[in-house]
Amino acid sequence: MARVVVDVMPKPEILDPQGKAVLGALPRLGFTGVTDVRQGKRFELEIAGELTDEVLTEVRTMAETLLSNPVIEDFEVHVEEHSVHEIAAEEGRP
Amino acid sequence: MKIGVVTFPGSLDDVDAQRAVRIGGNEAVALWHGDHDLQGVDAIVLPGGFSYGDYLRCGAISRFSPVMAEVVAAAQKGMPVLGICNGFQILCESHLLPGALIRNDHRRFVCRDQRLRIENNRTPWTSSYDEGAEVTIVLKNGEGGFVADSATLDLLEGEGLVVARYLGGNPNGSMRDIAGITNERGNVVGLMPHPEHAVEDLTGAGTDGLGFFTSLAESSFA
Repeated sequence: MARVVVDVMPKPEILDPQGKAVLGALPRLGFTGVTDVRQGKRFELEIAGELTDEVLTEVRTMAETLLSNPVIEDFEVHVEEHSVHEIAAEEGRP
Repeated sequence: MKIGVVTFPGSLDDVDAQRAVRIGGNEAVALWHGDHDLQGVDAIVLPGGFSYGDYLRCGAISRFSPVMAEVVAAAQKGMPVLGICNGFQILCESHLLPGALIRNDHRRFVCRDQRLRIENNRTPWTSSYDEGAEVTIVLKNGEGGFVADSATLDLLEGEGLVVARYLGGNPNGSMRDIAGITNERGNVVGLMPHPEHAVEDLTGAGTDGLGFFTSLAESSFA
């Protein structure tokens, strides 16, 4: 089992009203010093079997056809290394 | 003419659109998102609503429904397709129309009687309007901001592909006040306002939306 993460972000030139709303809320909660917020999406894909180059290419195709809209969003694909704790949990050890 | 109206899970305005189709003098045919069948219709309306709960992005999942495979193929052969609101979002996600619709710049849902100018009356959906006609049609959306890169916007304006433009202030942050566009062939039209809610005097702001549903009948008899 491998986990591939796809991060999707609105393109820099596209207005991000949700990020603006978060930016506006932070100072009301007393958090100062944040000059901008952009809100995106993170997809965690659990992949069956071995993580080959073909699989990664397929994930990129998924990202550009469904997970993101290339007209307004950029995406990045990366493989997440499982932590020792997660591996132990998968093997049923404490 | 037989006009199919697609119902997706989460469509809201499919029944209103069917009614508008009938008031416009055409036969309404209910189409189901899960079918690979257009039932021999001559044209298609993708209605407003929140198909698939707007999950992922508005229209993103609907685009891959079985019926949309048929709609895209038919549109590419020239069948008239009108996408209203969520239908417009689906047409953009399907790449039948350029650009995308994003959340309103002011972050609030907008629901109002909206003044529009019909700038292209050469599509099968707008031929019963005079070019430059100013009409009032209901607008209701949360993600109606039309965006595209400047080259695409210049192309849309240069080729006369802007079908309708907002008048009296921009209601949702749409670039260049664009309310509706068509493709280069002119058979596919996406519109953020809701003409199906403006077809009877009893409800709504009047009957200015009726033209979208009478144009097809007129063009078929022309």
